[in-house]
Amino acid sequence: MTQDSYIYLDHAATTPVRPEVVEAMLPYWTDFYGNPSSVHDIGRIADQGLTQAREKFAELINSEPNEVIFTASGSESDNLAIRGVMWTARISNRGNHFITSAIEHKAVLKTAKLLRDLHGFELTIVPVDPYGIVDVNEIEKAIRPDTVLISIMAANNEIGSIQPLEEIGLLARDQNILFHSDAVQAAALNQWDFKRMPIDLLSFAAHKFYGPKGVGILFARNDIHLTPAVTGGGQEDGRRAGTENVPYATGAARAFELAMSEMQDNIYHYQNLRDRLINGILNRIPEKCQLTGHQYNRLVNHASFVFKEISGNDLLIHLDMAGIAASSGSACLVGDPKPSSVLHELGFDDTWSSGGLRLTVGRQNNIDEINYVLENLPEIIERLNLIKNKYL
Amino acid sequence: MGIEHQLQPDNIKGKPRVVVAMSGGVDSSVTAALLAQEGYDVIGIMMRLWCAPSSGGPVVQNRCCTPNQIAVARRVADKLGIRLYVIDVQDHFFKSVVQYFINGHIRGETPNPCIACNKHIRFDYLLEQALSLGADYLATGHYARIFNKHGVYQILKAKDNRKDQSYVLYVLQQYQLQHLIFPIGDYTKNEVKEIAEQFDLNVSAQDESMDLCFLTDGDYRKFLRARIPGEIKPGPIADQSGHLLGVHKGLQYYTIGQRKGLGIASNRPLYVLSKKIEGNKIIVGPHESLGRKALVASEVNWLSGEFPDRASGITVKIRYTADPVPASIRQMDNERLMIRFEQPVYGITAGQAAVIYQEYNCLGGGLITDEVIS
Repeated sequence: MTQDSYIYLDHAATTPVRPEVVEAMLPYWTDFYGNPSSVHDIGRIADQGLTQAREKFAELINSEPNEVIFTASGSESDNLAIRGVMWTARISNRGNHFITSAIEHKAVLKTAKLLRDLHGFELTIVPVDPYGIVDVNEIEKAIRPDTVLISIMAANNEIGSIQPLEEIGLLARDQNILFHSDAVQAAALNQWDFKRMPIDLLSFAAHKFYGPKGVGILFARNDIHLTPAVTGGGQEDGRRAGTENVPYATGAARAFELAMSEMQDNIYHYQNLRDRLINGILNRIPEKCQLTGHQYNRLVNHASFVFKEISGNDLLIHLDMAGIAASSGSACLVGDPKPSSVLHELGFDDTWSSGGLRLTVGRQNNIDEINYVLENLPEIIERLNLIKNKYL
Repeated sequence: MGIEHQLQPDNIKGKPRVVVAMSGGVDSSVTAALLAQEGYDVIGIMMRLWCAPSSGGPVVQNRCCTPNQIAVARRVADKLGIRLYVIDVQDHFFKSVVQYFINGHIRGETPNPCIACNKHIRFDYLLEQALSLGADYLATGHYARIFNKHGVYQILKAKDNRKDQSYVLYVLQQYQLQHLIFPIGDYTKNEVKEIAEQFDLNVSAQDESMDLCFLTDGDYRKFLRARIPGEIKPGPIADQSGHLLGVHKGLQYYTIGQRKGLGIASNRPLYVLSKKIEGNKIIVGPHESLGRKALVASEVNWLSGEFPDRASGITVKIRYTADPVPASIRQMDNERLMIRFEQPVYGITAGQAAVIYQEYNCLGGGLITDEVIS
């Protein structure tokens, strides 16, 4: 492996759109361009496309079609779930309290804090263990008579830890509390059964599974009344206003269909590469590197580390120069990185928490690419250490 | 398109790699453009520098690296098809530049933070980063020229004499100079602006270097008041023979040569001659007493690494904006240099640099001390 080709190891950030997905979307821009709400034929054809996309998702996760809501992003799906449930509770006087975890994606955590700080809802944020896994007992302790909603992610974006969704869901169900899960990272790596699983609301984003950016899905049980977060027309059964994005919904459905049909192969492939990365990096950089998240109970495509006294931002620059696209929890484009709050929650202090690295594999990655990373990363860490020792 | 370039690193193999310190201003943007045109493998790096938190304002930015300037630099980089990275240098900048500025003021001096920045940040830390990224060179948008004379690197004044920045570069050493490129030293500011237009860079033509960039409002007195309130104490204003003339508000509020705002009544104009940290005293006197014919500089650096073997035809600049004046130099010891002027020089200020030239050749310099030589 030489530097002649770029190695993309940032599939948790986004994925390329598969050609099959592009092909499925194409007619809906130029030929079937109608507004699905229109009475005429042109609109009806577009509506058929939208319905097919909805039915496809319903079929693949075993839900009813009217339980599938198309949004414009995973973040919007999270917003609709949390705002929608809490505002309905407020209107119907059914409680004011909700629960989430300390390492949720910002789409959940910021929304939750805003509802608390601006709208007077009461929020309990439960901690996680050093592997980034929520303790179900902590959730149980946090439950109050007026608790309306629990929102816990399926798997963490930064450290890959998988949460005990079934247990939390059953707990919620026992207490008549709604359970939402942000499953944006886990969508294509898990078999979903919405009828069987004790989950009431579930967020996906198509661009994490080789679909287009700009389309999210919220699955919401059809007995839940959601107050819309985007108000206006009556689209999506009155739960999300705005003309439906038929090409994106179609692309998302095609991408998810492919992801589900190839899931077992993908999981085998990803896990093989991920384990090679984890073992290789921990072996080569034994002292100044730690795995973050859980060793086994983590996303199959997800490897994440912290490096002692290394700037994750500088590390990404050096990796980019070496032709490796990676990510970190604290990097930022304007050079003002903040130590990762997720790593703080896991108990890493400031000497570690700025040095996060996330490598997430995808379909096109191969062993040669992983080996190239394993060859180059130790030397890059060595170079960064030299600079750090000189200027610390 | 930048992205294509990045996806094909093999296209750039074999070319010398240069890191350009970018700021979103015209000088550094043209620097990057010229080097890209010459066929270098150019990588832009913008440094995120520390900035004084201000009260009230929601977000504060160092004036050299606001989000807007980062956005401009990014647009320039995209246009040129080069990578741009922003690195965080806030802690290091604070320790080696801002703290240096504060410490100088505690000693009653008037430090020049740009020199400390060039010494510790731009041509040390950033150079180290550049080399570690596999670069052969570091380039900046300084108006100065580097000339390799028989294997010894010299710094020459810029083609544009009015924009010449060799003064703030006297701290450089040979191991740094061998890796440095100052492409715009060969152009006038107007030419640089024209080049920016030719490349359609669409950057603001304002000067990009900002004195005291870490002060959002530029008010260093306010900054010192907030940082070192205990060090700013009222004290006596006296004349040269020790007569008490008034009370000052704190040494840090006054500069050498200052006449206005002293709050003392006198039948002739009086100027700040010196600031004495001992006794927290300001000495004032008539204009002719302000003139000095000698100074002692410390922490002397020679660009060649050695005291010049031919020390004739020497001129010295005692601050960035001063004209060079004829002088003679004598080494006192390894650290200190005696500089004697042919004519009295006004406004010699401890903490500023005395930079030594031989015609257009910058030989080196040192920091002006408060040691008085008759």
